[in-house]
Amino acid sequence: MTDHAGFVLGSYAVSVFVIGALALWILRDHRTRKAELAALEQAGIKRRSGKP
Amino acid sequence: MTSEAYDNVMSSTESISSRLSGLANPTRFLDLVRRVLPWLAGVSVILLAAGLYMSFTAPEDYQQGTTVRIMFIHVPFAWLSMMAWSVMAVAALGTLIWRHPLADVAAKAAAPIGASFTLLALITGSLWGKPMWGTYWVWDARLTSVFVLFLMYLGVIALTRALEDAALSARAAAILILVGAINLPVIKFSVDWWNTLHQPAAVFRLDGPTIHPTLLWPLAIMALGFTCLFFTLHLAAMSNEILARRISAMRRLAARQTGDA
Repeated sequence: MTDHAGFVLGSYAVSVFVIGALALWILRDHRTRKAELAALEQAGIKRRSGKP
Repeated sequence: MTSEAYDNVMSSTESISSRLSGLANPTRFLDLVRRVLPWLAGVSVILLAAGLYMSFTAPEDYQQGTTVRIMFIHVPFAWLSMMAWSVMAVAALGTLIWRHPLADVAAKAAAPIGASFTLLALITGSLWGKPMWGTYWVWDARLTSVFVLFLMYLGVIALTRALEDAALSARAAAILILVGAINLPVIKFSVDWWNTLHQPAAVFRLDGPTIHPTLLWPLAIMALGFTCLFFTLHLAAMSNEILARRISAMRRLAARQTGDA
């Protein structure tokens, strides 16, 4: 590593941050949707195609 | 062709088409994602871990020095920024020609991921540019066309989320995506068509890559790892969008039932 190491580490750090935030957002969105779906099903609401 | 051979061809065509239409069914698609996603995520992690190790153990470039390590992430981000738009363009055709809801879902889910990779391509390129070119940014054809791509991603994100009617916003976004696809060859060939500060292609060239194998391998593994990561995130975001549409359909149904009662 030379005197340009800061640019290299900065690039990798920004990438980890952006991709990490994106993955967390998708994961959190999944949990929220699952919880909403479970709450609706518990309230007795079923999709038309989901009815027997 | 005998009638028996004709029947065989027809039945195999029907079986392929029924398999494809089965995959296009959102419930079956969710089942498939549930099975495939952990494997794809695992492969992404392994490839990226190996790629990272190779990136930091690779020798320094004789001209770029240690900043060549930025290339191991910058180049895959730049490729993925264009690949994500290509995926969206195929999905846009699915929306406009077959009016398939799963195509709408695919385009909508890919946009934020593509935008993130494009933003990273711009930032990491800029961080490489300062020590190598002496500037973070120049308005040359390559940098400007990638910046335009980023703005178009933001446009698609806004368009797919702005209207109440999901089908209508999907059609509007599909048109923007297909018009925006004209920018892809402009990005690719900008370094040949115009006199740019950005260097010309070094990997995908008719006369073969101009990079030494010790630097080409880390780049290839990182590119493969990030491609797997893109599809992992895309499939996960698509299943989230399918669930979101189910939830809003169930809420509409519940509101109608309440109204009838």
